[in-house]
Amino acid sequence: MTDAATLDAIKKAVTENDVVVFMKGTPTFPQCGFSSVVAQVLNHIGVEYAAVNVLDDMDVREGIKEYSDWPTIPQLYVKGEFIGGCDIIKEMFEAGELQQLFKDQGLVEA
Amino acid sequence: MPMKADDITALIKEGIEDAEVEIIDLAGDGDHYKAVVTSPVFEGMNRVKQHQLVYASLKGRMGGELHALALETRTP
Repeated sequence: MTDAATLDAIKKAVTENDVVVFMKGTPTFPQCGFSSVVAQVLNHIGVEYAAVNVLDDMDVREGIKEYSDWPTIPQLYVKGEFIGGCDIIKEMFEAGELQQLFKDQGLVEA
Repeated sequence: MPMKADDITALIKEGIEDAEVEIIDLAGDGDHYKAVVTSPVFEGMNRVKQHQLVYASLKGRMGGELHALALETRTP
């Protein structure tokens, strides 16, 4: 069970940032191949994003799984909505859907 | 202990109606799999919901015993 303070902190992170990725490591030094892929996709698209390193906080690492009902890291949120993990992000990027989503949300230039 | 591909298939088939499951051993080490799951029940669900359904069929093993299961879901 995740305590309320951790869930609040997660909620704050996903509502106060238009784009936020929960990952292992940082965009500069990813510590997991799956997290690295998502950071690379976001860098490539050129969207601004916040990154939360779950390795810094065990409570967040477990809490985000509960918050999203999703068992793995990384996890991407756009405007408070859970978009997916590594497989979904890769699939959406390859189909052009992720780029379209950011355009539709006004987060990258159309 | 890594899971056997057959066990993954059995769990998914048990949890999802009319599921076709193809397991690919990505690294040849019996530990890094990709599952391609096709089922009519995915119709009308977004990808997140489809994947959540597969994770639910794995009953908590995802992220534990199964640390690296790539997932692709399709409708027939």
